[in-house]
Amino acid sequence: MDKLGDHISHQFDEELEEIRNRVMQMGGIVEQQLSDAIKALTDRDEALAEIVVTSDYKVNALEVQIDEECTQIIAKRQPAASDLRLVIAVIKTITDLERIGDEAERIGRMAMHFAEAKSDNKMITGIIHLGERVHHMLHDSLDAFARMDVERAIEVAHQDLKIDKQYESILRELMTYMMEDPRSIPEVVNMMWSARALERIGDRARNICEYVIYLVKGKDVRHISLEQVERDTRKE
Amino acid sequence: MNTKNMTHGINLENLDRSQEASHIEDERLAIRVENLNLHYGPTQALFNISMGIPEHKVTAFIGPSGCGKSTLLRCFNRMNDLVDSCRVSGKITLDGENIYSKKINVAELRRKIGMVFQKPNPFPKSIYENVAYGLRIQGVKDKRRLDESVEKALKGAALWDEVKDRLQENALGLSGGQQQRLVIARAIAIEPEVLLLDEPASALDPISTLKIEELIYELKKQYTIVIVTHNMQQAARVSDYTAFLYLGEVVEFQDTNTLFTNPGEKKTEDYITGRYG
Repeated sequence: MDKLGDHISHQFDEELEEIRNRVMQMGGIVEQQLSDAIKALTDRDEALAEIVVTSDYKVNALEVQIDEECTQIIAKRQPAASDLRLVIAVIKTITDLERIGDEAERIGRMAMHFAEAKSDNKMITGIIHLGERVHHMLHDSLDAFARMDVERAIEVAHQDLKIDKQYESILRELMTYMMEDPRSIPEVVNMMWSARALERIGDRARNICEYVIYLVKGKDVRHISLEQVERDTRKE
Repeated sequence: MNTKNMTHGINLENLDRSQEASHIEDERLAIRVENLNLHYGPTQALFNISMGIPEHKVTAFIGPSGCGKSTLLRCFNRMNDLVDSCRVSGKITLDGENIYSKKINVAELRRKIGMVFQKPNPFPKSIYENVAYGLRIQGVKDKRRLDESVEKALKGAALWDEVKDRLQENALGLSGGQQQRLVIARAIAIEPEVLLLDEPASALDPISTLKIEELIYELKKQYTIVIVTHNMQQAARVSDYTAFLYLGEVVEFQDTNTLFTNPGEKKTEDYITGRYG
């Protein structure tokens, strides 16, 4: 699968290009939402956190719009082969993007709480690191989608393993704070929720990488190990 | 959290991921084509075609106009014999016998391999006589047996309920869709092994088309069906296997699900996605 264009019907080309561009637009907004949420957390910036929380409607509206456009394409064009896989991959990708938006909103809410709290900054260092890593992964997965690059998608999917490990170590660290000072529990639980949201975003970014592989190779690689995916996609 | 590979304790890595795909290698074949070449005068229309048509399945031939799909279909019951300049080399075997061998009785071959054309072509006779025609030619005279066969064939072609009260009326009074089902009834009345359908629905309205498609689905339980169609969605809907032909060659022959979602050849991909055709 090398390009979208070249259909005898130029209008069909344009419709496919349109949904792809909209996904990139939606991805851009979600990425911004995530980086703002992390920044709001780091800087204890309540105003920015509020922007994150209130801007989720844009992502939701785009999801609805792209879904509608995909439905129209299926009904009118009966896409086949790579065209069909593109439409399916888009429908799935935007579901994950919308959920990533929800997670970012959740982190925004935590940031609003955290802005008022008086706790030590060291408690969130780990979360901020994790946030940077997750943001990086989301960016790369969208990049793989934009370029329809399988190699990159596999590479990016690998990052999820590191994110999972880091999440676990953050949990352990946060538990020690709770044991040290039970009064910190409400706040630490909030942090745990943020870490959890970031970990989930990593999973969803991995899903997007899997859709890229499906789109390009026609292989459904969900629920199989990355090593298997690599073997399957490279042996051709 | 590395729970990705586990769902409710079931390791998904071990599940067979290709269970939905059927494989042509596993099928019993009704017809075998080996190194088939066909010329119309100096022009070669089919190039070295080798393929197997699976028994009791629907096999569709798709491809742009002039790619040789109808020509290939016509080879199966030697309809090309009627074209003077046509020369065929290679082998097509049905029941282990080469249908192009000199021993073959062509009339008998065409009894085993029935054909339905693009435009319905009923005889200007009654509905009953149209269906009974082949049997009469075979020498069946017993009225009861004829009645039974006609009813069975019309039921098989999903036309019985619409015509049972007017079997003696002229078949030309039926609608196009009904006429097409009538000629399918006529073809199956003599109980062939294989049914060749050359664009059977292209002259019909969408509802009649769906009825024919439904009929094809029913008929494959008893017959091996080969269908030529210009309508790719139709091929995708009705067939189990699809062959994509281009410039007289079989570019790709696959199970239909794979061919329409993840074709192996770029030419196939371009054709079915409307980039060439």
